[in-house]
Amino acid sequence: MNLRSLSGSGAQKPLAVVKQGSPALDVTRVRADFPILQQEVHGKPLVYLDNAATSQKPQRVIEALTHYYTHDNSNIHRGVHLLSERATAAFEGARDKVQRFLNAADRREIVFVRGATEGINLVAQSYARPRLAAGDEILITAMEHHSNIVPWQMLCEQTGAVLKVAPINDAGEVELEEFCRLLGPRTKLVSVVHVSNALGTINPVRDMIRAAHDIGVPVLLDGAQAAPHTAVDVRELDCEFYVLSGHKLYAPTGIGALYGKAELLEAMPPYQGGGDMIRLVTFEHTEYNSLPYKFEAGTPHIAGVIGLGAAIDYVSELGMDAIATHEDALLRYATAAAADIPGIRLVGTARDKAGILSFLLGRVHPHDIGTILDHEGIAIRTGHHCAMPVMQRFNIPATARASFALYNNEDDVDRLIAALHKVIEVFG
Amino acid sequence: MSDLRDLYQEVIFDHNRNPRNFGALQGANRLARGHNPLCGDQLTLYLKVEDDVISEAKFDGHGCAISTASASLMTERLKGMKVADAEALFDSFHDVLTKDDAPVDAASLGKLSVLLGVKEYPARVKCATLAWHTLHAALGNQGEMASTE
Ligand SMILES: Cc1ncc(COP(=O)(O)O)c(C=O)c1O
Repeated sequence: MNLRSLSGSGAQKPLAVVKQGSPALDVTRVRADFPILQQEVHGKPLVYLDNAATSQKPQRVIEALTHYYTHDNSNIHRGVHLLSERATAAFEGARDKVQRFLNAADRREIVFVRGATEGINLVAQSYARPRLAAGDEILITAMEHHSNIVPWQMLCEQTGAVLKVAPINDAGEVELEEFCRLLGPRTKLVSVVHVSNALGTINPVRDMIRAAHDIGVPVLLDGAQAAPHTAVDVRELDCEFYVLSGHKLYAPTGIGALYGKAELLEAMPPYQGGGDMIRLVTFEHTEYNSLPYKFEAGTPHIAGVIGLGAAIDYVSELGMDAIATHEDALLRYATAAAADIPGIRLVGTARDKAGILSFLLGRVHPHDIGTILDHEGIAIRTGHHCAMPVMQRFNIPATARASFALYNNEDDVDRLIAALHKVIEVFG
Repeated sequence: MSDLRDLYQEVIFDHNRNPRNFGALQGANRLARGHNPLCGDQLTLYLKVEDDVISEAKFDGHGCAISTASASLMTERLKGMKVADAEALFDSFHDVLTKDDAPVDAASLGKLSVLLGVKEYPARVKCATLAWHTLHAALGNQGEMASTE
């Protein structure tokens, strides 16, 4: 890998460039689309800042579920009756939406899974496992979510492969030169988070993919946090695999998508066996179904898939670029406001960052911050954010984390900041 | 904020700011580590048990205000207690916090009753019980990591 080509490249290129004339987000209107936001918590209007854990659902998505269960509910693909035809059309229509959302070349490259976690496990077991020999390496970074660590550790146990971890610096950015140095002849797969849930870091994935491809290594991107916040173009990224979770993208829980390049998916054995993933079954021999059905054993989360399609329609109409611009402005506003809070320490200060503010406040434990904020009607997350190695890297037990979504506004940030001042007051 | 004051009583702030019996105990003959994986709280409890009586109790580690105050109050209370009585106290304290219908014996809880505020905060009950689970492990001499999970 030629490092010089890296430094001269667009390592810090923003993920989404606002197109000229792309309309800004009308947040007041957007907020009205989310019924859950119209409530009080502990007598105060809800401020929901736990979006990195899961996002709220717009009326459009809720109605899609209601409509499906009220009018179309039936099993898909095998029915001869009208309801089944409608359900199948809605289900497969959602696949087309995911394809367009990720700009995949082919609808067969979109596999529905339960979420990012299952997508990663599928790649680990179906793609990597048959290809790995003892001593082969999988390369991740030090900022991964547990779901992009543990499946590889399990795989290493099964195959004797070795997990390599690219370090991160004090700002929470991957050390690219170390990453490149760790890429070697034994590296069989790179799996990295696109946007870190614990730190907000946007990884320079283009450079990482280029470096991996230079030595012929395929790349999986964990897009659980990236997909809701920025336009993703898997063809432009040229990654081999991409996973996302619907519930972080304004869709129901229990549904997500795996993108994989068709030629790789074709060559992979099925992940699970069962109905729908077969073409022909006898006791002597089973012929697998074609893509993507080979990977979709059993009755899927049909309503979830339809809800995911509705959520994609929703964000696409608002415009992913407008969403990214809005969240970016909010992050900058919040970061500036937080700077005035005595004793605050931001954890994750990457130059290229998405709408996540992870912090510590003096000697007040994050758990206590969370409880006091809850009393102020503000939902944040406290803890290790399923990224214990990140906490170990910064030598802290936990952080408090506010994470933004398209419906958050400056009022939310102002309420957060005021409540943090209250925390200081209470804890003296 | 009135209801928050039920959780964060002055005694709790005091014990959080100035935890009693904080630090390693030389000559401890019972030791256990406690961990709350949800929030990363970690504590080590050191006991000196002589003739079935807890003569010394100390702890160290890091945690939220509730778990620190709970450990501090607990170590204060343990000193001079018979092992069997400490076990009984663990049971009744744990029951009071985790069972809806457990009787509250204010007299036997004494100062510990400042921790009862967590009952209204399900997410925080484990903060208050971490030290106690660790005590249970130390007395049972399980010598392993006590966990709130
Ligand atoms: C970066 C990242 N990867 C993966 C996941 C796992 O997503 P899920 O639990 O929806 O499978 C999450 C969820 O928190 C995440 O933030």
